[in-house]
Amino acid sequence: MATGSLPKPASGWSLSPEDKPILIAGAFILVILAIGTAYTLATQGTASFLSPVYLLQQLQVGAFLGIVAAGAMLVILLGHIDLSIPWTLTAGAMLGSAIGGPYAIPVGLAVGMVVGLVNGLGVAYLRVPSMIFTLGVNAVMRGFMVMLTGGYAPQSTATPLMSYLATGHVLGIPMPLIVWAVLSVLVVLLLQRTSVGRYIYAIGNRERAAYLSGINTRMVIILAFIISGACSALAGVLLAGYSSKAYQGMGDPYLLPAIAAVVIGGTNILGGRGRYLGTVVGTILIVLLTSVLSVMQMPEAGRQIIYGLVIILMLLVYGRQRGVIA
Amino acid sequence: MNDLRLRLGQNLGLLLAIGLFLLFWLVYNGLHPKGFSTAVLIQNANESFVIGAVAMAQTVPVLAGGLDLSVGAVMTLVNCLASVLVNGSGWQMVLGIVVCLAAGTLAGWVNGVVVVYGRIQPIIATLATGAVYIGIALFIRPTPGGDVDGDLSWALTNDIYEFCATYGLFDDGEAAWLAPFAWIPMPLAIMLLVIFLVWIPFRNSVTGRGVYAIGSSEGAAYMSGVRIDRCKIAAFTLAGFFAGLGGLYLALQTSSGNADVPQAGAYTLNSIAAVVIGGTSLMGGSGGAICSLIGAMVIRAISFNFRIFDIAPLLQPLFEGIVLLGAVSIGAARVFRVKNRLELLG
Repeated sequence: MATGSLPKPASGWSLSPEDKPILIAGAFILVILAIGTAYTLATQGTASFLSPVYLLQQLQVGAFLGIVAAGAMLVILLGHIDLSIPWTLTAGAMLGSAIGGPYAIPVGLAVGMVVGLVNGLGVAYLRVPSMIFTLGVNAVMRGFMVMLTGGYAPQSTATPLMSYLATGHVLGIPMPLIVWAVLSVLVVLLLQRTSVGRYIYAIGNRERAAYLSGINTRMVIILAFIISGACSALAGVLLAGYSSKAYQGMGDPYLLPAIAAVVIGGTNILGGRGRYLGTVVGTILIVLLTSVLSVMQMPEAGRQIIYGLVIILMLLVYGRQRGVIA
Repeated sequence: MNDLRLRLGQNLGLLLAIGLFLLFWLVYNGLHPKGFSTAVLIQNANESFVIGAVAMAQTVPVLAGGLDLSVGAVMTLVNCLASVLVNGSGWQMVLGIVVCLAAGTLAGWVNGVVVVYGRIQPIIATLATGAVYIGIALFIRPTPGGDVDGDLSWALTNDIYEFCATYGLFDDGEAAWLAPFAWIPMPLAIMLLVIFLVWIPFRNSVTGRGVYAIGSSEGAAYMSGVRIDRCKIAAFTLAGFFAGLGGLYLALQTSSGNADVPQAGAYTLNSIAAVVIGGTSLMGGSGGAICSLIGAMVIRAISFNFRIFDIAPLLQPLFEGIVLLGAVSIGAARVFRVKNRLELLG
């Protein structure tokens, strides 16, 4: 962490340390596809993993995770972590679909932003470690949702717009993929073309130095948590549209894969280093891995084991830290 | 006097946790129709043991400045293993218990090796190994169930008298010298044994002190000749042992094994909360397993009160969440006393 540097502009063909994880993860995606194709060729005689329909379908499913991971990455770049993702996502979905009508999506997003604001205030002003504060906020949000819904899936259904954004197609491209792409462009612009993006990397490297350079570190931290909350809520709104309603615990399967996607993409879990492209590649890797394993009818036990081993393996290849941290 | 004040100041978090626990627990017992009876104590001790053991497990890596996201998974793994192994004849059960504890310890050791020699951040390494352990647990027990010896389960989840009576020790527990201790619940007795035979010797050993030193300042510890690698591996190994103990006890308590992924996650998250409430710094270097045990008891004592005050089940998660958030925010009070903001920034 002490040796972290701002990403340098790419020059020629020289491989920067920032690119290595992305290339290796990309190569691993091809390996996964090759193994999956070999399996389907052997058992069914078709290369269904390489068909555009299948790949687009996977990207559509992966978009939800990708949107969550985009927000999680901003917070991780700061050297913090957002564990309130599961119930922020669920709250956005539930309250959005409960309001219904044209305000469904804005309300859902606003819920996420408010949760993010609370997280940011706790971390930036109260200086409670983000891991524990966001955990507490997650528990409170869960409590609110159980209180409001009675612990069951709410009766309200997703609005047509939510369904369209989650399941519609434009020119054959699934809508969630387009939403993810637009969000990705915005995040890349934020990280690379604005001063706030630079501040995020600076704070992740050394908050003290960033503060002494005159950066309003509190505002940047709050902003990053708000974006993370909004991303979770956006994913929740889309997910509610995808399954036509919100349900309890819909956010739980997204927290750890999102963090894993960010880290596999080469972002330092301690903050300050990482490229957004890596997060995208990490998301696709996890989605394809899950999909290939389920097509190969791997039982849940085997899936968990392989999932864990892949994360360790990827990090052993390029996530190793230097020796003692002085 | 100054010495006392310094000690109090250093252990403010722990004192606060003890105060909170006494408050909640005394209120609970005071309002309970059978308050302050052995039966209630046994029930409370049973319900607190697993979360306490998992919280103690979390503490050790936290002291070294790391975080173990696999404690819930190790607990679940040993729980499933115990539901297969802990039955049959006497020696088979003893062997089963030893294997269970060894499996937990081994899982912790693997965590340590991955963190130290793989040089992967603990939080992300244990996230991955946790998935592997859950996978193995699902492999052992795809559906909840299993069989744990009924006598053993009864004996270990009651008081010392019942334990002796079940196994015919000390005149079936009627021995005169045993009478003053006979009311002590077995989970409490086991926990005290573990604290005095495992935790305190570890804390006072060179390795244990090294763990604290690493948490305070890894660079300084390295320069002082602390064996960083050995201490870190020991910390994770001990965490595995404690988590395994929790899993074993859960199997005895429920007479079954359950590879429940959400439950494993909940135990991991609660263990972190217990560590923080107990006053151990997440940055490492201060606190201890006993603090976290009390932190876990605070969390449990809060939920005991739900029964007394008849809080609607739908409100309980909200209540728990607010208390949790409030408890972890108490430490933030210092922020408002600090004049120089630089002191807050890392």
